[in-house]
Amino acid sequence: MCRIGAIKSKKYLHPSVSLKLMRSQQKGHDNSGFAFVMQDLGGIFEDYKDLPTLSMAATVEGTRRAEDILHDLGFTRVLQWTPDVHNEKGLKIEPMPNYIFETFKYPKSHKYATKEEKEELLVETSLLLRKELEKDNIGYVYSFWPDVLTLKEIGCPKDIGTYFGLWEENDDLCAKVITAQCRQNTNYDIVRYAAHPFFLDGYTVLANGENTFYEKNKLFQQKLHKGYIGFESDSQCFLYTLHYIHKILKWPLEYFKHTITPLPFEEIERRQDKDVLLRIKASLGHLEINGPNSILAVMPDGKLLCVCDSKKLRPIVVGRDENMVIMTSEVTGVNDLMPRRNISQDIYPHEREMVIVDNDLTVRRWQQ
Amino acid sequence: MAAVGVNELHKDDLPWVIEYDETKCIRCGKCTAACSFGAIKPVVEERRKSGSIAQKPSFEKIVVIEQCVSHSNYCRGCGMCSYVCPNGAIKPVRNKDDRYSIRYRADKGESLKKGGRSNLNTEGRTLDKIKIGRISQMTDPSLDATRHTFELRTPFGRVLSADKLGLENSNGKLDLTSSLPPNRWIYPVIMGDMSIGAVSWRMWEAMAIATAYLNEVLGIPIRMCTGEGGIPVRLLKSKYVKYMILQIASGHFGWNRIIQAMPDMVEDPAGILIKIGQGAKPGDGGLLMANKVAKYVQEIRGVPKADLLSPPTHQGLYSIEESVQKMFLSMNAAFKFKVPVAIKVAASVTSVAVYNNLLRDPYNIVGGFFLDGLAGGTGAAHEISLNHTGHPITSKLRDCYLAAVHQGRQGEIPLFAGGGLGQTGSLAADAFKLICLGANGVFTGRLLLQIAGCIGNDLEKCNACNTGLCPAGIATQDMCLTKRLDIDKVAQNLVNYFVATDLELKKLMAPVGNSALPIGRSDALVTVDKHVAQRLDIQYVC
Repeated sequence: MCRIGAIKSKKYLHPSVSLKLMRSQQKGHDNSGFAFVMQDLGGIFEDYKDLPTLSMAATVEGTRRAEDILHDLGFTRVLQWTPDVHNEKGLKIEPMPNYIFETFKYPKSHKYATKEEKEELLVETSLLLRKELEKDNIGYVYSFWPDVLTLKEIGCPKDIGTYFGLWEENDDLCAKVITAQCRQNTNYDIVRYAAHPFFLDGYTVLANGENTFYEKNKLFQQKLHKGYIGFESDSQCFLYTLHYIHKILKWPLEYFKHTITPLPFEEIERRQDKDVLLRIKASLGHLEINGPNSILAVMPDGKLLCVCDSKKLRPIVVGRDENMVIMTSEVTGVNDLMPRRNISQDIYPHEREMVIVDNDLTVRRWQQ
Repeated sequence: MAAVGVNELHKDDLPWVIEYDETKCIRCGKCTAACSFGAIKPVVEERRKSGSIAQKPSFEKIVVIEQCVSHSNYCRGCGMCSYVCPNGAIKPVRNKDDRYSIRYRADKGESLKKGGRSNLNTEGRTLDKIKIGRISQMTDPSLDATRHTFELRTPFGRVLSADKLGLENSNGKLDLTSSLPPNRWIYPVIMGDMSIGAVSWRMWEAMAIATAYLNEVLGIPIRMCTGEGGIPVRLLKSKYVKYMILQIASGHFGWNRIIQAMPDMVEDPAGILIKIGQGAKPGDGGLLMANKVAKYVQEIRGVPKADLLSPPTHQGLYSIEESVQKMFLSMNAAFKFKVPVAIKVAASVTSVAVYNNLLRDPYNIVGGFFLDGLAGGTGAAHEISLNHTGHPITSKLRDCYLAAVHQGRQGEIPLFAGGGLGQTGSLAADAFKLICLGANGVFTGRLLLQIAGCIGNDLEKCNACNTGLCPAGIATQDMCLTKRLDIDKVAQNLVNYFVATDLELKKLMAPVGNSALPIGRSDALVTVDKHVAQRLDIQYVC
């Protein structure tokens, strides 16, 4: 089982907090990997919030090819950061030769482009990079987006932290939103792309559980959008559904919940909006999830949200104080980071609920 | 003249021979009275009394039961004689040396006709080679079939993709801003589609009662298809018509009355099913022999007493596009675009082409695609059609589903599969497997008759539905025979069967961890047959 966590803070945080968040939850996962996505970046990236940062792990050839592609498209590099690695003996990690975190200026052709046009360019470019690097298995492209940085690796989370020097806090690398997971996809192949958090077009998603409608979701999604690819993990489907509902259909966020866990017919029949809900249920029945899942997401505007499956079969808890909100699988993680919070304010979202954390850390509970 | 008439029809030519024990027989006459086929009769035999051969012979006369040997009166193996015999003195026994199908053609110069299903059984049942093999064990929890809530409903009617629903955001709430094709959520099993005429009015009424009871009392939103033979006007004008799917086929039987009753209807029907073909006799029209066209059948259908032969095609329709524009549009218009209009075709190599066409229809007015496989039943067909034409349902259903997947339009025209479902007793298992392969639901007909008391099977037992002499009172309009059918009891049995099916569907959904119908969830299925695995794109296991 996965253990997932999301932290949203008023102050910049070093990614070591995500390691600490997950450490006490390790009995619930298998120590097979560690991945995090940082958003709303501080430190050395703080001055480049509007420019896209590429997060990638690659061989030398993969790095060269990716940079060539970006150069050909007209992107120009303005910042490069490489983690200092500590390849100590005995670490359980399968590192890639290069970890690339580079920030680029948009091509001149996009000088006057709209936000939507720039986003489209970044999605297209990410997909192209992934495709080109996949051909010869020379690298993994995790995100190419403004103010977002992603790291994923296979191995023991503690050792991955040691390898990248993540246990020692510093001001260079920090963010106000960090999502993390401590497990690779051990049900199937251990593949870097299978590790949460998943990122597409500004949306980040992590999930705990088993998507029993994976095949239905997958077959339906693969025709919906060019970015719905990979499917190395059954949990990627949740990202694609969120993206489809919110970004493509432009429906309010609440309809994500109505889509993945529709209300029982008996309840729909009693509602004023029953016609809309029944139509959604018919049209998007293949996006329903019907197994045990809890889902965390970060929206492009920085909001956090979490939802559960319709039977509440997987755990999730929301803990908070005045400076930080944490959503994670087990309360032990929250206790480690916020031992002095008012625990009566903790939220254990139920099966009909969506908890949304706004950018000012206001926590809203929406009932389906 | 030959001493031995080998060219005459003989008892040994017949499919069944009567085994009769005169020592047990009390000559009550019940067996001959019960035999609707007139296949046995009492006769007086003169027998020589025992005694020395040297003595002058003396004879006695004795009444015995004799099997009739003729094309009009021969034993179908229904066994009604043994049902009524107080002493077990008589029963039909399958004749292994049967050569009746040869003799009939040779003697009559006619095509042999029968009811029921194909009796060749050459294909085997693909569905039985499939198991539900993806069981929730630790990765996710199995559910509890008796404690969890399950959602056994499926859409019936054209479904539009989400981006075409015309939903508009009004202060964070989505509103419907345009009229959409009619769509209803129904139980994933449809009773159907057998006409008044093909079955007795008592059988039909029992199905209608069961449908109403399942809906009104048990809350199981099952729908019943009328078959092509109309519907009693009183039912048409009642609120219960909302549970009925009205069928129109090439004979248009019954539609004059339906159209005349429209102004007085208080509810819309559940749907309209345009029958193009039937799995049991694809490419062949309906066949109702004159001896089943009773007075009330004539009235409902508006026809004289004659053999009623529906043409093999809808006259005037020569292409898929044309049928959409003419027939579907007019049926939609007739009910003010408020009632789903679906199509039923016999499974065929061409099914995917038809389905693809309908999915791309720009009017979005085809509300369901019913595929009927070759193992389906019929009230009457030429044996040649029944045994030698058709296409199995399983792979064709899968083909259609995957064709929709290829277009990214799965679910837009709900798929319903039928033809031989419940043949081995469990409708739930067959339904569940087909749903996992992509069906939105299934339909069943012959099974309902067997629930009602039909003793026919797929091993040449009875299958005389075409004769109008159904010994169970099901496929007949003979007043004496129909009296054998207890309407209330049949309705109760049907209700019971569907209650059991409902539970059994849950018993299959629970172990795969699903509370909603796993439509298209083929990863839940495995098969021990490599060819089946390859053809259906499911996991091979051994």
